[in-house]
Amino acid sequence: MPKLTLSVNGQPRTIDCANATLLVEAIREHLGLTGTHVGCDSSQCGACTVHVDGRSVKSCTMLAVEAEGAAITTIEGLATGNDLHPMQAAFKEHHGLQCGFCTPGMVMSACDLAARNPAPSEGEVRHWLEGNLCRCTGYHNIVKAVRAGAGDMNGGK
Amino acid sequence: MKDFEFHRPASIKHAVALVAGTAGAKYLAGGQSLLPVMKLDLAEPTALVSLARLPGLADIRVDGGTVAIGALCTHDQVARSADVAKAIPALAELASHIGDAQVRNRGTLGGSVAHADPAADYPAAVLGLGATIVTDRGRHPADTYFKGLFETSLADGELVTAVHFPVPKRAAYAKFAHRASKYAVVGVFVAETAAGVRVAITGAGATVFRSAAMEAALTTSMTPGALDGITVPTDDLNADAEASAEYRAHLCVVMAKRAVAALR
Repeated sequence: MPKLTLSVNGQPRTIDCANATLLVEAIREHLGLTGTHVGCDSSQCGACTVHVDGRSVKSCTMLAVEAEGAAITTIEGLATGNDLHPMQAAFKEHHGLQCGFCTPGMVMSACDLAARNPAPSEGEVRHWLEGNLCRCTGYHNIVKAVRAGAGDMNGGK
Repeated sequence: MKDFEFHRPASIKHAVALVAGTAGAKYLAGGQSLLPVMKLDLAEPTALVSLARLPGLADIRVDGGTVAIGALCTHDQVARSADVAKAIPALAELASHIGDAQVRNRGTLGGSVAHADPAADYPAAVLGLGATIVTDRGRHPADTYFKGLFETSLADGELVTAVHFPVPKRAAYAKFAHRASKYAVVGVFVAETAAGVRVAITGAGATVFRSAAMEAALTTSMTPGALDGITVPTDDLNADAEASAEYRAHLCVVMAKRAVAALR
């Protein structure tokens, strides 16, 4: 099987996988990083969102071989030890989750937004999160959390 | 998904030769259309030829009256381009509403135009502006490019390298989006160009099409009210769980009016 070399959460990793392996399968099944979730498996729900070279992508709609040489960040790569990333802390603080299934994707997507737009408006957050579906809470507290987290990431805490 | 060979050539020439020389091979750009159909086994390519390492296909150039966009430009890149926003704001706006943020980070202009999904957004701008599709071996005018359902005038193995959009006097795009996928249930692109008024409708039929009736009405008066009383024939319109042909016909006029009201 083809060998694939990439960086995952700052660590160099090598994977043996078929060309038809999806990035999310490589992350979950080959690397054992199960924080990245598979919800719809059809590019709609965003639970599988990870960063590829800093950009949020749906890892169910990218081949692992396309990530050859890329830097991948998953939800496991955000916290520093026991210290939550500011966006994770904001989701906790503002009750931006209930069951938590969509949360890793929401957080990864939100971090991409915050990196581009340090102070997104409510409308900008809602537009940005169109690719992340939550079936528990509605989006009100998620939007609050993202706005607070973006502020904390960009000069806050 | 069935397994396949994977190639990552570094030149257009090599990419074209790989596809020409491998039965069942397909180009892979951002994969946001191709990978979903492969996951459903609706496409089973024997080999994928990745375009990711081809040089010079991700540039945006504004030159006089033309915006030339490389085939590998992502929707996000077009949406955030100050040059595109200045020359053809409707095009940047359209790109910013394709799919969602993650899809826009991967999906490309060339991929969208080559795939020719009946509900894709870009075909509306390509036809609405009378753009030219540039390939490794020639040029295709938009008016004869979109042939039918997922069907274009591209030859087997022909590679889209850029799309050249003429700058209009004014243009706007209005779409009624599917709630989850953000594909156009109906999307209408209206442009006031040097060659006259153009109205292109996506999502409604097997492929994007122009509305001669709307163009004539808007040539007389470029106002939303000019479209009052126009009916779109339902015979060739799509009908699915999302919307009946009659509903889509209604949306064509409503979206066209909204586009006219938003012209800039």
